Amino acid sequence: MTNETEDPLTGAALLRSAGDRAADSVSGNQDGVMFTATALDQKNARTERGYHSLFLVMSIALILPVVAILALLVIRGGPAFSWEFFTESPRANFTEGGIFPALVGTLWLVVVALLASVPLGVAAAIYLSEYAKDNALTRLINLAIINLAGVPSIVHALFGLGAFVLFFDFGTSILAASLTLAIMTLPVVIVSTRETLQAVPQSFRMACWSLGATRWQTIRKVVLPNSISGILTGVILEVSRTVGETAPVMFTGAVLFTPFLPQGVLDETMAMSLHLYMIATVIPDVPPEVPYGVALSLILMVLVLNSASIGFRVYLRGKKKW
Amino acid sequence: MVSTASSLKLNVKDLSIRYGSTLALEGASFAVRENEIFGIIGPANSGKTSFIRAINRMDEMTPGMEVRGDIEFNGKSVTDWRNLYALRSRIGVVFPLPVGLPMSIYENVAFAAKLRGVKGKADLDEVVERCLTRAALWDEVKDRLDSLGSLLSGGQQQRLTIARALSQDPELLLLDEFSIAVDPVTTMRIEEVLKELKQEMTIVLVTNLTQQAQRLADRTAFFLEGKVIEVGDTADLFKGKTKDPRTTHYIEGRFG
Repeated sequence: MTNETEDPLTGAALLRSAGDRAADSVSGNQDGVMFTATALDQKNARTERGYHSLFLVMSIALILPVVAILALLVIRGGPAFSWEFFTESPRANFTEGGIFPALVGTLWLVVVALLASVPLGVAAAIYLSEYAKDNALTRLINLAIINLAGVPSIVHALFGLGAFVLFFDFGTSILAASLTLAIMTLPVVIVSTRETLQAVPQSFRMACWSLGATRWQTIRKVVLPNSISGILTGVILEVSRTVGETAPVMFTGAVLFTPFLPQGVLDETMAMSLHLYMIATVIPDVPPEVPYGVALSLILMVLVLNSASIGFRVYLRGKKKW
Repeated sequence: MVSTASSLKLNVKDLSIRYGSTLALEGASFAVRENEIFGIIGPANSGKTSFIRAINRMDEMTPGMEVRGDIEFNGKSVTDWRNLYALRSRIGVVFPLPVGLPMSIYENVAFAAKLRGVKGKADLDEVVERCLTRAALWDEVKDRLDSLGSLLSGGQQQRLTIARALSQDPELLLLDEFSIAVDPVTTMRIEEVLKELKQEMTIVLVTNLTQQAQRLADRTAFFLEGKVIEVGDTADLFKGKTKDPRTTHYIEGRFG
């Protein structure tokens, strides 16, 4: 109610002051309170809009290839999907049947690799983040991690062949292949875990220590519960990489074809990545939709494994405490 | 008669603290007596907080922090305490900005007791209620002890921090500008509590508010630019009976 009576007044006042301001800026009088945008303000606003659009375009440009790949795979690989495709072994020199043994084999490889790399990587990250002093040894370890991340996967494969298959005499087996994968993905786990641990505010640690808690009590009660979701992110990344790797497993544990499902970690196994590589490049007369179908299954498998850990992450973040 | 050595809670001898090449505190020597409130006043960057951190050997957890000289706690050098954690559990610390640990209010206050090995639910309940009551927080949180400590308001979190420090049953309570994040009314309530606590423990009170030192401290030290300018009875210092004119100038608000 009062607004209505006051509106004309304020409106008039606003108009008048706007006029004054215009006069001020025209005459270059800087004494009055300035409400109009200066040349600098306008330039900043233009720059801001420019960068906003730039980043928007870039992120859209990143999504496009992903969408394109998925669309291609769905269109060309979709027809290969059937119940039989997921539940049967390949037949008739890979031209018929399904991918069941490869699916199971890849699951084995991923799970065993995770069992090896997650405890090792998280422990190393805890040491580096919470215990290590900033000295030559720590810097050397950090350098080693970065270099380990840069080693090509084929080199890891040859290392795995030499170390696990031959030296430790595991033979071509899930164990040898998974350990090779674990070593290859260890840097990802260590780096992402360390980053997450360091994101926990230092003040929490100080408060805990002043209460007389040891470093381990502080880590267990305060640091780890608040970084578990970030640690899982590293695991998610690792899963994605492990599922798709071909080179490290083809020398160490994966075979083109075996009629048996693996019964234990010392068995050799089929794997999705190697299967795809073979039917796409080496095996003749494979129906064209089959390699696309395998690729699509590979991606779906990554998605399923990731959504499980993302779901767990969301659940944990719901309980996030600061 | 109690010997002089045992009636000193802290005996600081030629203490110097540096961070890399920056000197935070230089040649500090003074004593804190048993069951007194010892005020430390001084402008920013005068080495007050560094001193607090040196008492519970936080330098060992802080890269680049280096402590020279000695602090005796109960007549024994803090560096001679073989078990660092035993030393720290006897010293309660309250930081300038409240740190509600990311756990429930109950767990925040029961944490130190649990570290000490207290297990019984009834015992823990008793500790939590007693400490929260003393920190003037019990009435506000008694119905939601299970909600997160870090979701309380700033002032409440600071009282939670004080309750947590009290839950250690400390012999020595270090308060580093505790009232920064607390409203004046609550500050007054906590000050009343501190006067009572003096019967049971020694309190070192670092404060930006000279008036607060005047209200609470039995003796007060004036720190300036990494040096202890003087230590004296608070009453004397605030009556202008100072050895160094800078102390009077600071107290009267002419600088700092």
